[in-house]
Amino acid sequence: MIPLSHYLALSAVLFALSIIGIFLNRKNLLIILMSIELLLLAVNINFVAFSHFLGDLGGQVFVFFILTVAAAEAAIGLAILIVLFRNRQTINVTDLDSLKG
Amino acid sequence: MTFIQLTFYFFAAICVLAAMAVVTIKNPVKAALFLVLAFVGAAGVWLTLQAEFLAIVLILVYVGAVMVLFLFVVMMLDIDLAAMRAGFTRYLPYGLAIAALLVAQLVFVFNGSFSSADFPAPPLDLPADYSNTKALGMIIYTDYVLAFEVAALILLVAMLAAIALTHRKRTKPNKAVNPAQQVVVRKEDRLRVVDLASETRVTSQTRGKP
Amino acid sequence: MTTIYLLTPLLCLFGAIVAGFLGHIVGRKGAHWMTILMVLGAFILSVLVYKDVQAGNIYNGALYTWGLSGGVSFDVGFLIDELSATMMVVVTFVSLMVHIYTIGYMHEDPAYQRFFAFISLFTFAMLMLVMSNNFLQLFFGWEAVGLVSYLLIGFWHTKETAVFANMKAFLVNRVGDFGFLLGIAGVLYLFGSLDYATVFAQAPNAQGALAQTPFGEVKWLTVICLLLFVGAMGKSAQVPLHVWLPDSMEGPTPISALIHAATMVTAGIFMVARMSPLYELSEVALSAILIIGATTAIFMALIGLVQNDIKRVVAYSTLSQLGYMTVALGASAYEIAIFHLGTHAFFKALLFLGAGSVIIAMHHEQDMRKMGGLKAIMPITYITMFIGSLALAGIPPFAGFFSKDMIIESVHASDLFGATYAYYAVLLGVFVTAFYSFRLMFMTFHGKNRADEHMQHGLKESPGVVTWPLILLAIPSVIAGWLFFEPVLKGNYFGSSITVLAQHDTVAQVAEVLHGSGMGLIGNTVLHAFVTPPFWLALAGIGFAVYCYLINPSVPAKIAQRFAPITRMLENKYWVDNVFQKIFADGSVSLGKGLSRYIDSGLIDGGIVNGSARVIGGLSTWLRQWQSGFVYHYAFAMIIGLVALIGWAIWA
Repeated sequence: MIPLSHYLALSAVLFALSIIGIFLNRKNLLIILMSIELLLLAVNINFVAFSHFLGDLGGQVFVFFILTVAAAEAAIGLAILIVLFRNRQTINVTDLDSLKG
Repeated sequence: MTFIQLTFYFFAAICVLAAMAVVTIKNPVKAALFLVLAFVGAAGVWLTLQAEFLAIVLILVYVGAVMVLFLFVVMMLDIDLAAMRAGFTRYLPYGLAIAALLVAQLVFVFNGSFSSADFPAPPLDLPADYSNTKALGMIIYTDYVLAFEVAALILLVAMLAAIALTHRKRTKPNKAVNPAQQVVVRKEDRLRVVDLASETRVTSQTRGKP
Repeated sequence: MTTIYLLTPLLCLFGAIVAGFLGHIVGRKGAHWMTILMVLGAFILSVLVYKDVQAGNIYNGALYTWGLSGGVSFDVGFLIDELSATMMVVVTFVSLMVHIYTIGYMHEDPAYQRFFAFISLFTFAMLMLVMSNNFLQLFFGWEAVGLVSYLLIGFWHTKETAVFANMKAFLVNRVGDFGFLLGIAGVLYLFGSLDYATVFAQAPNAQGALAQTPFGEVKWLTVICLLLFVGAMGKSAQVPLHVWLPDSMEGPTPISALIHAATMVTAGIFMVARMSPLYELSEVALSAILIIGATTAIFMALIGLVQNDIKRVVAYSTLSQLGYMTVALGASAYEIAIFHLGTHAFFKALLFLGAGSVIIAMHHEQDMRKMGGLKAIMPITYITMFIGSLALAGIPPFAGFFSKDMIIESVHASDLFGATYAYYAVLLGVFVTAFYSFRLMFMTFHGKNRADEHMQHGLKESPGVVTWPLILLAIPSVIAGWLFFEPVLKGNYFGSSITVLAQHDTVAQVAEVLHGSGMGLIGNTVLHAFVTPPFWLALAGIGFAVYCYLINPSVPAKIAQRFAPITRMLENKYWVDNVFQKIFADGSVSLGKGLSRYIDSGLIDGGIVNGSARVIGGLSTWLRQWQSGFVYHYAFAMIIGLVALIGWAIWA
C-alpha cells in the first residue's frame, strides 16, 4: 500500500514547484496565476490524502469548497488581468508598482 | 508492486513533470496545457485515494472550464514573450534554494509526524454499492449546506465581478440596429407623402416646333 | 446671630463686587460710598458680635459643607470667640479708616474703583481668615489675603519697581505658604480632621506620635507646629522670609497701612495664637518662634535706623514690631501678642496714614532728607503722628507701652531655650525703636524745610478725609492700652480661645509681680515701668534722637563714618536681599535656563519629540525601500515568512 507520507511528499514537491514558478516567472502574471492554481492543488492533495487516511469525508468537502473558491479566484484574476492589459498594454509585473510606498 | 502503487507513481510522475514544465516553459499556451496535464495527474492520484467524485470534478471544472478560460485569455492577449523571460535564470538559484528549504522542512514534518504507524492505510475494500459521490452529497447537503450556499453565492459574485470588470461599452460607431426600435416604428417615421405639381401634357404643336 | 456672622464678611464681598465689576456704572463716588457703607456695616456688625461674645455667646459651627472626601468634610464655618471677635473689630475698624482715607489719597488715580474693590475684597478675605473654624477656610483666607496683597503691591502696575515688589512678595509668600500647606496636611494626617475643635481636643493625645525626619525622630506636633510657623513667617514677615515687606511699600500708602502693617501681616500672629493648643505641646517650636521673633525684632529695627524713605522706616518698624509679637507667642504670652497686635494695628496704621499724609503734601516725595519743618504746615498730621510715635516707642500711658512692656516682661519670665537671648534682643530693640521713630519725626517735622522751591510752594495740610482717620486712629492709640490691659492681663479676656499650659504661663507670673502694691493694675504697671530698663531705654532712644537731629545734626554723619562697615551692612540690609537674589532668583533663572536649554530643548524637544520623529522618519525611509510596490516582492516576503514559521514550528 502507499503510505500517507508519499502523498504528502507529492504535495510538498508540487508546492515547492509552484513557489519556484512564482520566483522564476516573476514578470508573467499569467504563469503566476497558474502557479497559484498548482499551489492550491498541492494543498488539495493533502486534504484528500488526510481525508482518506482518517476516514473522514470532511476533508473532501473542504477540497470541494477550495475548488469553488479557486475557480472564482481564477475567473476574477483573469478578468483583472484582462482589464490590466487593456489599460496598460502589458501584464509585466515589473511595470506594476503603483503600490510603492 | 501492486497495480494501485503503479497507478499512484505513474500519475504522481505525470503530475510532477507537468508541473515542472508549467513553471519553466516559455510559451504560456503550452504552460496552460501542461497545467491541464498536471491536473489530470492529480485527478489520477485522487482516484487512488478513493475520491472519485473530486477527481471527476477536478477534470470537469479545472480542465474543462478554468483551463479553457486560461487558454482564451492567453490567446486574447498580445504578450511579448521575450520580455517576460528576462531575468529568468537570475532568480533560479534563489527559487531553488527557497524551494529546497521548504521541501526539506515539509518532508521533515511529514515524515516525523505522519508515519505509517500513526496513520495506517485504511482498507480499500469498500462495499460494492458504496458511492463516494453519494456519501459526499449526503454531508454537503446536510452538515455543510450553509457553506455550500455561500460557495454558490461566491461563484455568482465572481461571475458578476468578472463580467463587470471585463465588460465595456462600445465606443466605436457600429451598424447594429436596435430591434426594439424596429418593432415600435410607425409609418409616419419612415414615410413622407409629398404633394407635387402635376406635369402638363406635351402638346403636338410644341413638339413640332423647332 | 449666624446671619450676622455671615453678613459681616459678605457685606465686604458685595462691596468689592459692586466696585470691581460695576465700577464703571456706579462711578467713583458710587464706588467709594458703596464700599465704605458696606465696611461700615461690617464694622457695626463686628461690634455687635464683639458685644455678644463679651456677653458669653461663643459660636462654633459649620454653615455649609463644601465637600466631603474620604470621611473628611470640608466646611465653611465660623468660630466666633473672644479672639476672632477682637480681630474682627480691629480689622473692620482699620479697614474703615483706610477706606475713608483712600478717598483723599487716591483721588487723582484713574483706577479709583479698582482700588476700592481690592481693599473691600481684602477685608472680606481677612474676615474669613479670622472667623474660620477650620484649617481649610483658614487657608482660603490666608491665600486670598495674599492674592489681594499681591494685587495691591502691584497696583501701579506700570511702575517697574512695583511689579518687581509684588512678584517678590508673592514668591516669598509661596515659600511660607508651602510650609503652611504642609502643616495643614500634617494636621489632616495626624488628626484626620481639619476642624479646630476636633484637632485641639485630640492634640494632647497625639503627643506621643513621632515623625521620621532627616533630623531623626521628632514629635509630630513639633513638625506640624514648625511647618505652620513657616507659613506664619512668610505672612508675618519673620527672618528670613521678611524680604518682601519693605519692598511692598511700593504699593499705595493706604495699603501699606491696612495690609502690610495692621492686618494681613498679623495673620501669622493670629494663626499661631489660634493654634495655641498645638504650640503649647511643642517646646521646640516655641523656642524656634522665640528665637526667630527676637532676631526679627532687633535686626529689622537696626535697619530702620539708616532708611531715608519715610515709608520704609515705618515698614522696618513694622517688621520689628511683628518680631515683638512673635517673641510674645514664643513666650506663650499669646494674649499679649494679640494685645500688641491690636494696639500696633492702631498706631501703625496711624503712622502709615500719617506718612501718607506727608507724602500727599509732598506730592509723592518719600525721601525724608527733602522734608523737614512740616510741623507748622501740617499740625494735625504732626500731632497724630507724634502720638503714634510715642505709642510705638512705648512711653506710658500710650497703647504701645502696655503691650510692649508686657511682652518684655513675659520673655523675662520665660525659661525656654533662647529666652535670654530674646530678652536682651527685645530690650535693645526698645532703644532702637524709640530712636528711629523720633528720627523720623524730627527729620520730617522739625528743622528747616529742605524741599525745593517749587515743592514748598504747594505745601498744605491734607484734606479732612485724610486727617479724620488720623484723628480717629490716634484715639485708640492712646486709650487702647489701658482700656484692655487689665482684662487681658488678669481677666481672662480671651477666655477659652487661647490655651496655655501652667508651666508656660508667663503672663500669670507677670501679673503676679504687678499685683503687689495697691494702686490698681494700671498704676502698678506704670510705676513698675520706672524701675525697669525698657522705659529708660525708650527715653534714652528719644533723647539720643533729640541730640542727633535737633541739637547737633552733624552727629549722625560722624557716627555713620565711624562705624562705616556696620552702616554699610545695615544699608544693604545684611545683604539678605542680595543673597536671595543671587542664590534663589538668579539661581532659579539659570536653573530654568539650563533646564530649558538642555532638558527641554535638548532632551525633550531634541531627543524625545523631534528624536522620535527623526527615528520614525529614518526608519520609514529605510522601510519604504522594502515597499517596492511589486507584488512578487510581497509574495517573496510571504514565502520567506512561511519558511521561517515552519522552521520555528519544527524547532520550537
